Amino acid sequence: MSDKIKFTIDGVEIEATPGQTIMQAADEAGVYIPRLCAHKDLLPFGSCRVCTVMVNDRPQAACTQPASQGMYVESETEELRQIRTNLVEMLFVEGNHYCPFCEKSGNCELQALGYRLGMLAPKYPYMFNKHDVDASHPDIYIDHNRCILCARCVRSSKELDGKNVFQFVGRGIHKKIAFNSDTNLAATNVSVTDKAIENCPVGAILTKGVGYAVPIGKRMYDSQPIGSDIEARKATEK
Amino acid sequence: MGVTKKVVIEPVTRVEGHGKVTILLDEKGQVTRARLHIVEFRGFERFIQGRPFWEVPVTVQRLCGICPVSHHLAAAKAMDVIVGADKLTPTAEKMRRLMHYGQTYQSHVLHFFHLVSPDLLFGFDADPAVRNIIGVIKKYPELAVQGVMMRKFGQEVIKVTAGKKIHGTGAIPGGINKNLSIAERDFLLKDIDQQIEWSRGALKIAKDYTIEHLEELSGFGSFDSNHLSLIRADGALDLYDGGIRMIDSEGNKVIDHFNNQNYSDIIAEEVRDWSYMKFPFIKDLGVDKGWYRVGPLSRINTADFIDTPEAELARQEFKAVTSGKPNNITMAYHWARMIEVLHSAEKMKELLLDDDLQGEDLVVKGERRSEGVGIIEAPRGTLFHHYKVNEDDQVTMCNLIVSTTSNNVPMNLAVEGVAKKYLSGTEITEGLLNRVEVAIRAYDPCLSCATHALGKMPLTVSVVDHCGQIVDKKST
Repeated sequence: MSDKIKFTIDGVEIEATPGQTIMQAADEAGVYIPRLCAHKDLLPFGSCRVCTVMVNDRPQAACTQPASQGMYVESETEELRQIRTNLVEMLFVEGNHYCPFCEKSGNCELQALGYRLGMLAPKYPYMFNKHDVDASHPDIYIDHNRCILCARCVRSSKELDGKNVFQFVGRGIHKKIAFNSDTNLAATNVSVTDKAIENCPVGAILTKGVGYAVPIGKRMYDSQPIGSDIEARKATEK
Repeated sequence: MGVTKKVVIEPVTRVEGHGKVTILLDEKGQVTRARLHIVEFRGFERFIQGRPFWEVPVTVQRLCGICPVSHHLAAAKAMDVIVGADKLTPTAEKMRRLMHYGQTYQSHVLHFFHLVSPDLLFGFDADPAVRNIIGVIKKYPELAVQGVMMRKFGQEVIKVTAGKKIHGTGAIPGGINKNLSIAERDFLLKDIDQQIEWSRGALKIAKDYTIEHLEELSGFGSFDSNHLSLIRADGALDLYDGGIRMIDSEGNKVIDHFNNQNYSDIIAEEVRDWSYMKFPFIKDLGVDKGWYRVGPLSRINTADFIDTPEAELARQEFKAVTSGKPNNITMAYHWARMIEVLHSAEKMKELLLDDDLQGEDLVVKGERRSEGVGIIEAPRGTLFHHYKVNEDDQVTMCNLIVSTTSNNVPMNLAVEGVAKKYLSGTEITEGLLNRVEVAIRAYDPCLSCATHALGKMPLTVSVVDHCGQIVDKKST
């Protein structure tokens, strides 16, 4: 008896191995489901909900929901696109995301997702919340204005770096990333080579001095939309 | 006590941004004073505090959409000092220069063809319904197309050097983030000779106009003044780098080859309560005598020579008009500006043929410093950027003296001169209003919002007595 699980996403048959999430199976099959907090090297988390799909007519996070035999998944529907766009727009207005001069522009997953979803201008009012920056570390720059609270740094530090440098503090609108020191980032054992630094999807955690070293046109999402790498797997299979 | 009246011109059109003019009259209707008010507010100096220094060249260029490259490069030059890059690689410096000539070219062309040419081609007294860019398109379609195509070329140069046509990222602390590919080079080279040809034509229009109207223009908002600009070590015109030179109205060198890192030793700024724009002056000469002009007219006046052949010949013709002395005719700005257009076109060709632009060595760094000054000759004149940075790489202080600020006193004087000559009594004529605007426009002032009106002037004039009561009001 085969141990493969078969299910469909938007009518396309997908194979999964037991224990795989919908997103993991979809990625392998070359079907891109938008996401922000999910990362291939990190455990499923289910925070941002951008990967919401309809599973047998019920909304589920594709990054945490295990694939099961015969499940009927919808992803690229107008209703879901609108939900995802709303989520991304809320992230834009809650932070202070000035793409025009942010050095992460062109390499930013939030910006790229906004483009992919066809977001023009947020329909929600900007909140202009006041956020701090922490430039105390000689190699790393933290700009809370651009943090989307995806917890990739929290999880990367714990799961991949074995350090536990980052953690959330506060609740609701006051929630923010904090460090395992009483003062600032410089007082932690974080290193610029940590995965926690590399895996930030936005311009909240940056390596100092890099700036705009990559010219416009050569940046990750300048020539193809986010998710193209995953969709290319499908093209390769064909 | 005599009754003082005030004439207000608001908004001033076909300039980059918004301003207004008030003309104060005495009881006899004679002009006592004229002021150009800059009513926009620039907050960049404050809100970049705390930001990382490498972000600044990209941030501050958003001051403007017309010549953002000037701010981009001036800030990058200041950050070169911060990162200890005392000498850039040839590729980096030449790429930046190409970017700068591209933007000088497009900015000057935009100003001349789109904003100024209606005044020169139709005359100051022509019907405003015709005296605009649409009128130029209708009557001189070939010229209008040239203007568009020349500006487009300049924008293409910016795109291949900065990454995009407006608000790119090319210049980074210590260098540049890309070189020029062969394909990009060839794309530009195929059109450069045409650009030079069109530049000759634009120069001829400006030159012929000035010479033909020399007598009238000599008395049109003109006055003796100091002239300030950067100057290359050998005395050549240099739009990208150099020491500070200031000459007086007779051509005597008051300041020469002054180290631009120490600009604050010689230049101070005064604040006046009726404008958001400061008034810079040379400290040693004081507020009353220390003001100076900047921009194309000043640069052609201060330079000993130009290092491209055709522009140098044009400079000599320009200097011959005043027998080698500085030219203090406000409207001669247009002629000087077109000499720089031809110079920029020649320079761009020279650079495009230079293999250094295909080099791979893009960035240098040295000993980190906490303070840096970047000065550049922007299209409208000398532009100062000054920053201090803390140990955590955050900007703690920023001071910008933009070109239009340096021309603050001169623009006010030009307006006053025109008003005194053309306004008598309290009748506000269209001719007067046009001439006031023409005088301001000669300086190509950039009032920092990158907007300008087309077509009929949305102009309202108020005559206000000394009690603040409006006694007359006229709208066009």
